[in-house]
Amino acid sequence: MFALVDCNNFYASCERVFQPQFRNTPIAILSNNDGCVIARSDEAKAIGLPMGAPAFKYKAFFKENNIQVFSSNYPLYGDMSSRVMNILQQFSPDVEVYSIDEAFLVLNTIENDNLKELGHEIRNRILQWTGLPTSVGIASTKALSKVANKIARKFPEKTGGTFVIDSDEKRTKALKWTKIKDVWGIGRQLQKRLTQQNIHTAYDFTQLSDAWVKNNFSITELNLKKDLEGVVTLTLEDDHPVKKSIATTRSFENTYTDIKDIKERVATFANSCSEKLRDQNSSCNMLIILLQSSRFEKNTPSYKNSITVVLPYATNSSLTIAKYATKAVTQIFKKGINYKRAGVIVTGLVTTDNHQLDMFESENPKHKPLMKTIDNLNKKYGGNKLKLANQDLEKTWKMRQEHLSKQYTTQFNEILIIK
Amino acid sequence: MTTEALTFFTPDTQESEGAIFFDTGISCGFPSPADDFKQERISLDRELIKNKEATFFARVSGQSMIGAGLDDNDLLVIDRSIAPTNNKIAVCFLDGEFTVKRLRVENDGVWLQPENPDYQPIQITSENNFVIWGIVTNVVKKL
Repeated sequence: MFALVDCNNFYASCERVFQPQFRNTPIAILSNNDGCVIARSDEAKAIGLPMGAPAFKYKAFFKENNIQVFSSNYPLYGDMSSRVMNILQQFSPDVEVYSIDEAFLVLNTIENDNLKELGHEIRNRILQWTGLPTSVGIASTKALSKVANKIARKFPEKTGGTFVIDSDEKRTKALKWTKIKDVWGIGRQLQKRLTQQNIHTAYDFTQLSDAWVKNNFSITELNLKKDLEGVVTLTLEDDHPVKKSIATTRSFENTYTDIKDIKERVATFANSCSEKLRDQNSSCNMLIILLQSSRFEKNTPSYKNSITVVLPYATNSSLTIAKYATKAVTQIFKKGINYKRAGVIVTGLVTTDNHQLDMFESENPKHKPLMKTIDNLNKKYGGNKLKLANQDLEKTWKMRQEHLSKQYTTQFNEILIIK
Repeated sequence: MTTEALTFFTPDTQESEGAIFFDTGISCGFPSPADDFKQERISLDRELIKNKEATFFARVSGQSMIGAGLDDNDLLVIDRSIAPTNNKIAVCFLDGEFTVKRLRVENDGVWLQPENPDYQPIQITSENNFVIWGIVTNVVKKL
């Protein structure tokens, strides 16, 4: 069985842990340079504050509605995220960090006969230890665990924050409730085409024939359909459509022991994530780097570690991302391990496409045209003809962060003060 | 303090990561620095932090808990995973403010007990906006 654990309004919840006076009041989190709204508490959503609202236009709105505004505090969010992910490891050896605030777990059904109870236990432990509320969805496939998670989130009183799809009736009911636009991996384009075909719910989608889906869409959608039917097609290893993060995680052909080899791989993965970011016009604020030893070599020590890196500013420059990713490798690399697998996840994504922000952009301005040139050349000549060499990066400009909370967990001079 | 129970913590001047612990005792001259006796370095993190995912730091402001050894500007190690029970020292959020006090669970309800005669105990009622945020496990003082 798969579980999807998702932190509710993660950024807003992180702020509330250290400023509990805002527990029941509307909160908005602004993008870098305080440009626009990137996260909202439930209360702010209920008032009608839209996602992406430009902060300068909404100043009066914030005040009228008593919305507490925060600049994004990625060092805080990054640390709280790694606490949550480490707690999840206590429940399963197979955890896939999916984005800064959500992860998939493979649950052992022999050890855990009461999945509902297990879900509550996961939820309660994270809540007590970190103060962060989560929703837990449990089902036989990844796509269904996403659906279950949405139900847990939507009906907290009824579900207690945990929902398990463990029968065919529940699955059908859940799929009928799920609108097609809310199905994991169904983008806007696809949604339009499906609506034209009179497909409005996830259930409608599963009623289509395999051949039709495959012919009209692609194998990805067919896999998704099977997953929704309860047939496991997406595993933890798979690359799948993502919105909130982009990951490149690969097993090596051989095992590596030298940090140089690992760094080369990680730089390559970082580069590939950066390309994907530029493709979809996003920038990331955070990286998660994973290292893992070979699982099958019994006589060598096994090792698995990950580290979260908070970038000084949002970027999609391969140079910057590869630089921080390789730096992070030195933090978690241990000698004497046969490494078999590494990964780079970029998360804390924001849209790059905002001219208004350009004048404040912190990335070296030379990177943008350079990246464009690299992408164009690579597209023209195919493959990755143009690669990165180690390059030093110049200084950056200071961001605007007028509503920044303290870095309660990463800076000694900013910890809580208690009377 | 008796000298026979004294153990030496030899600081390592080469690296700044901690000190090497030789547990050979001191009664028979100098400890042999043989590798056999070398153990993992003492780590204050390991000593003070039992559950790192649930541990947070905070600084004391004021003297309401001076009797319990919590002085102004001391560093608190707070473990959120420990269950709040009678007599524990807890960081609480009370009516819009963080406060550290000793928990007293009496028949008539929960009290926050200061450890300074100049301060009055506070009874928690349903009128209060009250959360127990975490339990204080250690105090670190700068001398």
